[in-house]
Amino acid sequence: MTSSDVARHTVYQSLGIKTCSTSQSGKEEKIDDIPRCLTINGHVGFESLPDQLVNRSIQQGFCFNILCVGETGIGKSTLIDTLFNTNFDDFESSHFHPNVRLKAQTYELQESSVRLKLTVVNTVGFGDQINKEESYQPIVDYIDAQFEAYLQEELKIKRSLFNYHDSRIHACLYFISPTGHSLKTLDLLTMKSLDSKVNIIPVIAKADTISKTELQKFKIKLMSELVSNGVQIYQFPTDDETISQINSSMNGHLPFAVVGSMEEVKLGNKMVKARQYPWGIVQVENENHCDFVKLREMLICTNMEDLREQTHTRHYELYRRCKLEEMGFKDVSPENKPVSLQEAYEIKRHEFYGERQRKEEEMKQMFVQRVKEKEAILKEAERELQAKFEHLKRLHQEERMKLEEKRKYLEEEIIAFTKKKAASELLQNQPLNASGTSVKKEKDRKKTCDKKW
Amino acid sequence: MSKGFAENRTDVTMSELVAEPRPKPAVPMKPLGISSNLLGYIGIDTIIEQMRKKTMKTGFDFNIMVVGQSGLGKSTLINTLFKSQVSRKSASWNREEKIPKTVEIKAIGHVIEEGGVKMKLTVIDTPGFGDQINNENCWEPIEKYINEQYEKFLKEEVNIARKKRIPDTRVHCCLYFISPTGHSLRPLDLEFMKHLSKVVNIVPIIAKADTMTLEEKMEFKQRVRKELEVNGIEFYPQKEFDEDLEDKTENDKIRQESMPFAVVGSDKEYQVNGKRVLGRKTPWGIIEVENLTHCEFALLRDFVIRTHLQDLKEVTHNIHYETYRARRLNDNGGLPPGEGVLPPAPASPCPATIAE
Repeated sequence: MTSSDVARHTVYQSLGIKTCSTSQSGKEEKIDDIPRCLTINGHVGFESLPDQLVNRSIQQGFCFNILCVGETGIGKSTLIDTLFNTNFDDFESSHFHPNVRLKAQTYELQESSVRLKLTVVNTVGFGDQINKEESYQPIVDYIDAQFEAYLQEELKIKRSLFNYHDSRIHACLYFISPTGHSLKTLDLLTMKSLDSKVNIIPVIAKADTISKTELQKFKIKLMSELVSNGVQIYQFPTDDETISQINSSMNGHLPFAVVGSMEEVKLGNKMVKARQYPWGIVQVENENHCDFVKLREMLICTNMEDLREQTHTRHYELYRRCKLEEMGFKDVSPENKPVSLQEAYEIKRHEFYGERQRKEEEMKQMFVQRVKEKEAILKEAERELQAKFEHLKRLHQEERMKLEEKRKYLEEEIIAFTKKKAASELLQNQPLNASGTSVKKEKDRKKTCDKKW
Repeated sequence: MSKGFAENRTDVTMSELVAEPRPKPAVPMKPLGISSNLLGYIGIDTIIEQMRKKTMKTGFDFNIMVVGQSGLGKSTLINTLFKSQVSRKSASWNREEKIPKTVEIKAIGHVIEEGGVKMKLTVIDTPGFGDQINNENCWEPIEKYINEQYEKFLKEEVNIARKKRIPDTRVHCCLYFISPTGHSLRPLDLEFMKHLSKVVNIVPIIAKADTMTLEEKMEFKQRVRKELEVNGIEFYPQKEFDEDLEDKTENDKIRQESMPFAVVGSDKEYQVNGKRVLGRKTPWGIIEVENLTHCEFALLRDFVIRTHLQDLKEVTHNIHYETYRARRLNDNGGLPPGEGVLPPAPASPCPATIAE
């Protein structure tokens, strides 16, 4: 246990409160130590506990999500219809999609008291393109998106996991073309990229095109190719004694060669699901004809719960671990001391907060700087304007003074002239008798002077 | 994410589900007139068996806490409930050890098996509760213990590499023993239940019910129920968690008529009418523990173990634990006080953003 637990222990001891589990001898041990085995002397009744659990689950309902990967026209929708004995909404998809899309449909099935929410996800346009490099990426992304949604819900503060509609893919049926030779490169690539994210169950589709002997060879070839390329397909679990035998024998029949059909053909006095050819009738539920019954048995009747559990405990946990590590969280710090997620998160948050502070400061300073600069420029302009104004004012003043001087000078001249005029008139009026002509001449002279003036 | 996926977003399941709020019900085809073998049956209901097998393999945990003043018969009742020597009775060691000065928490684990079902039972005893002269805040150690278990679980859950099955030490059920005074609840009882009904499922029990006659019992129970209601104490089964009408009617009946159960405990057997029964022998008769006319032990046992065991665990996990977790992740930005590497940063965004 961590040092914090030891610390807590000592703190409590000082307060006089012991948290301990005492055995008969009174030693202090942790609760997780081996508990005593007791025998009960009568019927207590907790053997009904699994029933209580199961009743609860029935109330809530189950959900199961299947992903079907395979080329267009290989029989995915038909097989799902046959598996669940219903005509789901299906229509033939075209071969001319530019890229691979995933289409999901949810159905509610009910059988006796069990309600199942079945989601079937189909790959539309898989294997149709000329360039198939991007074909498997949308599938991987889809599966990751479902894990991500679950992870998000789990990381929320206020979460409701028990109400959550689980959309993670529990089983992936991979449809292999019945060429009879080997796996296609696209199949290998896709399966390799999916095997760590989902339980892959490979099936050989349209198995009525292969004869029995060819089928055997084909199966062996397929399995050896898968093994040699390190593709981990889903193995039926063999740890429970009741089903280990049947599971291990089924493991030997992988991949299942299936035929799907919803059409019924009269055989003897029964109607069976079959495909009618001129040369005979291929019965879907006849174990000699194809492995359909085995697939249904394994997928639904025996291992549905295990598929769900594997998805949750292996694939989802792997995804979660990778995702959290990617985000920089570790369980163990570089000094090999256990670091809790909370502490790591707190450190990161503090870092980011510091960053943000710093950036804010920077921006503030820059802003202040710019403002100062602008202010300086404006002040400069103002000063210039002021200077110009002063200069002009001065000029104006000077002009004015000059004009003033000129006016004064002019006025003085006018005064001098009027004086002269007054004086000359006086002179004229005195010698009027003595020399009329001279006066006349003087008068004329004055008149012409006046005129001049 | 690749460009291909970004374009495909519109076709991802969530939008499909959103577009059809009620998924189409597809009914399995009915078999046609001419008889056929496998049509119509798929085998979906076998999932029940699969689930049952799996859970039986993994086993169950159950943690039950008993709280009450000493001498009320807590250990005897636990022994009677689980029909084995689960706890050592205090009467035997009280002579050597003193009454503890403060409330202690003692948790003892046992493994019991019945009908192929293995259960790891942990009984958490609280000696010293209510025994001192000054009993103020004596529920605090208990509350602390319960919160510690939630904390332990939370720490495990938050790890990057998690264990496949996180060991569950959270207290699923707390049996609170009420003294059979015949009058009303004591202030200590009220305080304790007020504080703890928010963090754990409390099942109140009237202890040593053989000290009351039938009428006294009825009156006392009514008074206790009234007091609990007046004080706003929600004991298990809580009204707000009733999911559907069926649950509600069933739980209402239990809440309003039977609870709190008036019990008598005993681990000694006596011969009554040719059968060996658990009981208490007195000069005036033998009180049979499992006889419904004598006391309500059988009701308590059926309630806690046979019908509501799983529900107790679920309410603890889905409601009490989630409340604790939400509160913890909100306070202090998710860091326990005093244990932090750094001081708590102000104005914290919620942890949900770490996944963005």
